[in-house]
Amino acid sequence: MSTDAPHAHPSSSTRIYYVIFVVLLVCTYLTWQVAYFDLGRLNTIVALGIAGVKATLVVWFFMHARSSPRLIWLVAFGGLLWLAILLGLTSADYLTR
Amino acid sequence: MSSHGSRALAHQFEDLDQQREVSSLGMWLFLVTEILFFGGLFLVYSIYRGWYPEAFAASSHELIVWAGTLNTVVLITSSLTVVLAVHAAQTGHRRALIALLLATIALGCVFLGVKAYEYRTEYLEHHVPGMGFQFEPEYFLHAQIFFSLYFIMTALHALHMIIGLGIMSVMVWMSWRGDITPEYYNPIEVSGLYWHFVDIVWIFLFPLLYLIGRHVH
Repeated sequence: MSTDAPHAHPSSSTRIYYVIFVVLLVCTYLTWQVAYFDLGRLNTIVALGIAGVKATLVVWFFMHARSSPRLIWLVAFGGLLWLAILLGLTSADYLTR
Repeated sequence: MSSHGSRALAHQFEDLDQQREVSSLGMWLFLVTEILFFGGLFLVYSIYRGWYPEAFAASSHELIVWAGTLNTVVLITSSLTVVLAVHAAQTGHRRALIALLLATIALGCVFLGVKAYEYRTEYLEHHVPGMGFQFEPEYFLHAQIFFSLYFIMTALHALHMIIGLGIMSVMVWMSWRGDITPEYYNPIEVSGLYWHFVDIVWIFLFPLLYLIGRHVH
């Protein structure tokens, strides 16, 4: 289990964390500003898309997914899979009534 | 780094890397249950918003956008201080670790303070369902669904923040006592995972609750 990937190297620089922080702030500004433009149904899609990008950046860099073993990737994707089942199967009912 | 025989290593583990992975894995498994916990609420929100889009947009307009935006920035900043705290723990910078944990706690308190200000405003504006709720007659019923979901989801999130503040306080104490070393920083890493997850929940709550149909003004 410990052979998949190296753990986060203590010596690695913290610069990437600051870069991701700035990107997250820019994304927050974008999601706030774009809400004031009428894009029709795209408004929601853009808002959720930006939120998805932000969440991915947090998971990948801040939660160290990039340097975590594959087993943790599997658990994380498992969580998304169950969420997709929850949202997907319920929507299959409500969206087709 | 030879890890066998280290005091930081519990006897059931092969080495420190395995010990770290197991504690992280445990937190990730817990976070999966949290994804589904919040996922159910996001699902209910989506269905009702699909049914009553106008009432949801009108209700969303009543929320304080600057407060939600400010809190998003505060939480993102706290995620930065947490990840820097983990780095400080990995590299054995005890003073920096404690300072960063305290900064995280301070930012968490700012978040809760802003949230409390919002709740107070919404209470005074009669937007709390069941407590003399008032709204445009057209949306009176369905706006209550929005505000019920708003209060349930943000209060549940705030509860996670309060628990996170408790966890971070314990981390300060452990760091202060010198329990955290470059060999054994698992508690900081695992607490960080939890804190980042709570941040992610807010990243989705912010646009879904505060920014619906803002262009309709």
